[in-house]
Amino acid sequence: MTPAPSPEALQAPLVVEFPFTRSLGPVQSAFLTGLRERTVLGVRTTDGRVLMPPVEYDPVTADELSDLVEVAPIGTVTTWAWNPSPRRGQPLPTPFAWVLVRLDGADTALLHALDAPGPDAVRTGMRVRIRWAGERVGAITDIACFEPYDGAGGGRAVPHTGEFTDPVDGIVAPARLDYTYAPGRAQSRYLKALAGRTTYGERCPSCRKVYVPPRGACPTCGVATDEQVEVGPRGTVTTFCIVNIKARNLDIEVPYVYAHIALDGADLALHARIGDIPYDEVRMGLRVEPVWSEDGRYPDHYRPTGEPDADYDTYKELL
Amino acid sequence: MREVAIVAFGQSDHRRDTAEISEVEMLMPVLHQVLDAVGLRAGEIDFTCSGSCDYLAGRAFSFTMTLDGVGAWPPISESHVEMDGAWALYEAWTRLLTGEAETALVYSYGKSSPGDLREVLTRQLDPYYVAPLWPDSVSLAALQAQALLDAEDTGADERALAGVAARSRTAAEGNPHAQLTGSPPPEALLEDPYVVRPLRRHDCPPVGDGAAAVVLAAGDTARRLCRRPAWIRGIDHRTEAHSLGVRDLTRSPSTRLAAERAGAFEAPVDLAELHAPFTSQELILRRELRLGEGVRVNPSGGALAANPLMAAGLIRLGEAAAAIHRGAADRALAHATSGPCLQQNLVAVLEGDDT
Ligand SMILES: [Zn+2]
Repeated sequence: MTPAPSPEALQAPLVVEFPFTRSLGPVQSAFLTGLRERTVLGVRTTDGRVLMPPVEYDPVTADELSDLVEVAPIGTVTTWAWNPSPRRGQPLPTPFAWVLVRLDGADTALLHALDAPGPDAVRTGMRVRIRWAGERVGAITDIACFEPYDGAGGGRAVPHTGEFTDPVDGIVAPARLDYTYAPGRAQSRYLKALAGRTTYGERCPSCRKVYVPPRGACPTCGVATDEQVEVGPRGTVTTFCIVNIKARNLDIEVPYVYAHIALDGADLALHARIGDIPYDEVRMGLRVEPVWSEDGRYPDHYRPTGEPDADYDTYKELL
Repeated sequence: MREVAIVAFGQSDHRRDTAEISEVEMLMPVLHQVLDAVGLRAGEIDFTCSGSCDYLAGRAFSFTMTLDGVGAWPPISESHVEMDGAWALYEAWTRLLTGEAETALVYSYGKSSPGDLREVLTRQLDPYYVAPLWPDSVSLAALQAQALLDAEDTGADERALAGVAARSRTAAEGNPHAQLTGSPPPEALLEDPYVVRPLRRHDCPPVGDGAAAVVLAAGDTARRLCRRPAWIRGIDHRTEAHSLGVRDLTRSPSTRLAAERAGAFEAPVDLAELHAPFTSQELILRRELRLGEGVRVNPSGGALAANPLMAAGLIRLGEAAAAIHRGAADRALAHATSGPCLQQNLVAVLEGDDT
């Protein structure tokens, strides 16, 4: 029995990145297609207000909305905030003001960026106009930003059919978030030992079960597992499946076997690939041991030990 | 209607970074703290409800991992909201009202340290018109603050905002769990540069990791578990239109409505725990909640002293309840918020029995 040490926790970069593909309703489609054509559309509510940017349903009455109108690309700042250090993805790479702008003809405001030389050049009530992006695709970023403007007003909203050739019916919104992943005490202990080719489970002080891989808590008792116990290296296949679909970025020929393996001394099965045996000869009760690649921090796969199969009774509680 | 009370409250120490522990390792001691306070084991709790958000730490289904800390096997009656724990408490409260449960465990946690919180929070915004611009959470709060400073009917200025910061962090000196305590006087704070004008560093909440938990109980069970239960006399939550440009950012009609529905205006309160992550938001909430000068506001330091996302709202309910438990308040208001610029608001009124 070894009391669990508290090594420095491991950390690793983790990037979560995926493109969201989103479909548009009729009002959103008209608005975003309009931006592509340098036309700014709002939608009129049943009580006569013009919402810009337009939405499919009235936020006050919940009425379905479809009465599109064109408003001016010119408007008034209703509030602002000076952003001295723009971040990834924001509209401008140089310091700018975030603004809410009420375009002439609209009753509500749009959030966007205002290109201005400094905070002293920005105030609530100032007049601005849209600076269009050079390449427009039917997205809110077709507005590059706003810029100060001292010309004539834009007048009232006028009816618009919302019809354009080749309307956009969806957007692809890429999203990327960067994290520094830290697995915590129990998993750091486990991963560090594993890199030295030793597998540690952790024992629950209450029910005495040994969990591997340990996650820090006994899910039955709700207490911290606090005692490290060396388990394996050998174990027993408790159940398995035959994988026929090739995974992307994984250089393993199909079909192959993925199995639950109860390491000797563990009360919970972990999962791993079974190799060095034809896939159709893997069976419940098969005795296996880990195979380490040259510089692997964890077993590449498990292979048969050649021992006789384990009795069902020895692992039936671990299925 | 069935009487339901908060009978125990616990929270972690809130810290900028907790890389050495996992979420369940952070949460578990807090769960033990509240269960010990009422002398119950997890298996004796009738209903469990949690609040968390996978985006904060970038861990998919992280709440299933933290459920290990409850001891959820064999299966317990359990639910989860991807919201602040204050809303998990609301769900648990309704469960107790049905009579299907006598006790409930509510917990929530947030680890913001693995990611860039200002960036992460952009992902909760309107995905068509707003999220593609990546407006960070401080910038959106700054737009609201500027609107407040511009409005003629509020009397708010940057000195008033600094006053909120100084008062909150000075109060937090008495809160051993707080992340940020102590403050120079407001005049000195005004010499700092802006983070996003008009907000300075002191106007913004600290970013940090933390967890909180409460135990709810009904009727005589509550009286048995707690010397002076904090009875939930009313609780309600409301939301604003999701487009920022539709709202009057200087007002919070959803807070006003939730407070009315919770019965907050039926009698004066002696304590208010407000979830106002930014200084300007406290001024907005005070007006909507009609809090007079005699009401103690955020003696815990509030979200300006510790704002672990997903837990900070539940902590307001917990702090208000704890004040009633120890006889430091008789009728308290607790408020929780979620989303940009006070997007969604929950108000609860808690009372203790006469001593
Ligand atoms: Zn156990």
